[in-house]
Amino acid sequence: MAMLRRPAQAGTLESSDCLVSVAPSETRELDHRGAGATFFAGRTRGLVNDVLDSLGISGATVTIQDQGALEVTLRARLDTALERASREEDAACPRQ
Amino acid sequence: MKMLVNAAGRPVPSELPGIGPLLPYRGPWARLEAGDMVPRILPPLRGESPRRSKVAPSLRAAMERAGLADGMTLSFHHHLRNGDAVLPLVLAECERMGLKNLCLAPSSLTDAHECVADYVRRGVVSRIHTSGVRGKVGKAISRGEVPVPVMIRSHGGRARAIEEGSIAIDVAFLAAPACDERGNLTGALGPSACGSLGYAQTDARHARHVIAVTDNLMPSSLTHISIPQYLVNQIVVVDNLGDPGKIASGSARITRNPVDLKIARDAYRLLRASELLAPGVSFQVGAGGASLAVAAYVRDYMREKGIRGSWGCGGITGYMASMLEEGLFDALYDVQSFDAAVQDSLVRFRNHIEIDQSWYANPLNRGCVVHDLDVVVLAALDVDTSFNVNVLTGHDGVLRGASGGHCDTAAGAKLSVVVLPSFRGGVCSIKDAVRAVVTPGETVDAIVTERGICINPLRTDLREAARKAKLPVKEIADLKAEVEALTGKAEEAPLPDPKPENVVALIEYRDGTILDSLFRIS
Amino acid sequence: MSKAVVRSMLYIPGNNPGMIQQASVFGADSILLDLEDAVVLSEKDAARHLVCGFLRTLDFGDMLVTVRVNGADTPFFAEDLRRVVPCRPDAIRLPKCSSPEDVRAAETLLAEIEEQNGMEPGTVKIHAMLETARGIAEAGTVATCSPRVTALTLGGQDLTADMGVEKTREGDELFVARSLVALAARAAGIDAFDTIWADVNDNEGLLEETRRVVGLGFTGKAAIHPGQISWIHRAFVPDAKKVAAAERIVEAAAAAEREGRGVVSVDGRMVDAPVVRRARHTLDMARLVELEVE
Repeated sequence: MAMLRRPAQAGTLESSDCLVSVAPSETRELDHRGAGATFFAGRTRGLVNDVLDSLGISGATVTIQDQGALEVTLRARLDTALERASREEDAACPRQ
Repeated sequence: MKMLVNAAGRPVPSELPGIGPLLPYRGPWARLEAGDMVPRILPPLRGESPRRSKVAPSLRAAMERAGLADGMTLSFHHHLRNGDAVLPLVLAECERMGLKNLCLAPSSLTDAHECVADYVRRGVVSRIHTSGVRGKVGKAISRGEVPVPVMIRSHGGRARAIEEGSIAIDVAFLAAPACDERGNLTGALGPSACGSLGYAQTDARHARHVIAVTDNLMPSSLTHISIPQYLVNQIVVVDNLGDPGKIASGSARITRNPVDLKIARDAYRLLRASELLAPGVSFQVGAGGASLAVAAYVRDYMREKGIRGSWGCGGITGYMASMLEEGLFDALYDVQSFDAAVQDSLVRFRNHIEIDQSWYANPLNRGCVVHDLDVVVLAALDVDTSFNVNVLTGHDGVLRGASGGHCDTAAGAKLSVVVLPSFRGGVCSIKDAVRAVVTPGETVDAIVTERGICINPLRTDLREAARKAKLPVKEIADLKAEVEALTGKAEEAPLPDPKPENVVALIEYRDGTILDSLFRIS
Repeated sequence: MSKAVVRSMLYIPGNNPGMIQQASVFGADSILLDLEDAVVLSEKDAARHLVCGFLRTLDFGDMLVTVRVNGADTPFFAEDLRRVVPCRPDAIRLPKCSSPEDVRAAETLLAEIEEQNGMEPGTVKIHAMLETARGIAEAGTVATCSPRVTALTLGGQDLTADMGVEKTREGDELFVARSLVALAARAAGIDAFDTIWADVNDNEGLLEETRRVVGLGFTGKAAIHPGQISWIHRAFVPDAKKVAAAERIVEAAAAAEREGRGVVSVDGRMVDAPVVRRARHTLDMARLVELEVE
């Protein structure tokens, strides 16, 4: 089972975007807030679990500040945050 | 007590405790066509001694002299918008006086009136009549914290209700940006100027007692008069009517948002196709966003073709005032002035005419302005596939908007166009059924979004014109499906049980019949 | 099946979901989802995920969809291609193409990625961006070095910087570069897209410039704001007299064909094949026009 190495985040608080923060954890926790949370709670929970399952991540704390993002946007931000969280060096700086 | 289904297909109670029997909506012109006659209620004549000073020593003294008691109805206008300090001031004094179970009947509630939620909880206020409501008050109403269901009315409906006595105002507290010692007052002048006092005049004529509240008592005679002295019982002088920065906003500018501009442009193209943009056209547009931006396209077209409109009306923005100044209209009928440029225009130009809300939109008087309107462009929170419009509740069902002149203008105008983005905050704006019908679909001719124009099937002529003009016309159900393919279907909160005991507010149509019910949400 | 005629190309920053999700709303003929200059270094990864997500799920209608990847001299180039190509954009915009070798290097990578993903080889095309003096000088060879290259585009900001000259409103300094690009593109039978017009408040200037470059043979122009699109399209509208003349020519050609005559004659003058072709093109452009335009 893969583990996140460090906390990381991706996205912005701009309208139609979302800020996704992930951090290593024993269990899975999801905190979804903002406009999107009222209307897409179920869908988002399903998406987060599917993505974590597919990456073999057993535990992670996922916080989403949702400014009305479409599902495709949320997915992209989540993928990016998880990728950053699994990098060896500081997630903000690319290699080379 | 039972629920009926009205002509808009919405459940409405046959009667409610504390309110009495109710008439269900039967169509936009049912009462007019039936020739219903309704008596007008006026306050009794009662003389005051000559040369008596109207200036009260204090607000409390004025309220005592007015005979304010438990259960009475108080009214206010909302021309001071988010900068209003008068309503909070008066309610604070009511509480200090130990008053209870008051009925609050402002023309609307704004962000400056959050305190009302607390007054409801403390029993000072137990009934509310309003056009709109936001923030904490909206939430409190939606949760059922107001003991008697709240009545939501349009501007025209409120005028009618006051004139027939359904809203029986005991004391009207009218914020007066400029007032002379005899009680002649206006909103067009003074440090807290707000422009037209359209929502105050009906109150002034029909309230049992009228108190002008001013921060600008003028030593000389006022010559620009909105409400004359013989309607005013007392004057109270305060330091400040409110925050001028929030009363008159900076001039409304045309939006730069590309999506709103696209919507506005397509709405304008529809107006062109309708052939109503001709000499003598009359129209109303909104105060911002896409519905104001349409005015920019219309203005360019009118300039290019040398078209002079007959009049514009409504809540007037600086944009419309500048169109008047440019000579694109003969006159402007102003029931509410949105910004400082408008106040200035109201004072300077004879053809910028202040009108009251009855003149504007009361469907049962001898001819209101909106009944002669050619075109209206309106905003919306969401719409449904029957073209019904909701401007009152958010997607979660909580009250956060205002009925305003929406249903009045939609009914009266030859062409009523609703503009809105096809999705907001990731949620599709087109529903199978809106949670609150403020404007019935049969009065809405077209809905314009950035992804297509939907034309009411009742308007075969308009459909034909739009097709001929090669406009992007789509069936509303198809557009809904297209947008939901992008956004997904929102998980709607479960709809509340439509029982009479769960009703927290009623949406009254402009003619006094009940158009929709709002139910308690947890 | 994307549009045959591409007059406008709307540039959309690749890390901006609010803009990408509205891509199809503004009537642009094509879009460029930008992973390069519009995205800061620290967000290159985020933009890549976002663009790929939208490429896979958004309905772009009949717009031509292109993605500008980061340059081959950056650490992002290879990963950009590896992620984006399988999402099947119509074309990849290659910045700073200075020679056929630059194109071939990209092409090798593209072919590899297509194969790994079970895609028909040659699926994803290349729009070569010429924004260096060398690139302009090599316009002819870049245009013909590969069947994947379906457009040349001019990058005015970088080119003038490379030349060490000022970029002016009148654009005299770009005149020769534009002519070379238009000629090279036409000789190779591919499209030519002109550079951006930066002043979003000066639409008259945009219209003037677009008319000029169309007059040189460019087939399309970049838009950095949706408000620019209708102005760009306006530049492609032939004036009413030319449309009327074109209609007469096309009608005469049709009549000649029906009557089995080899010679087409309009108003007593002989009109030959290139003129008839030009007339048909004029009518195609006229048909694309929206209601508003002039």
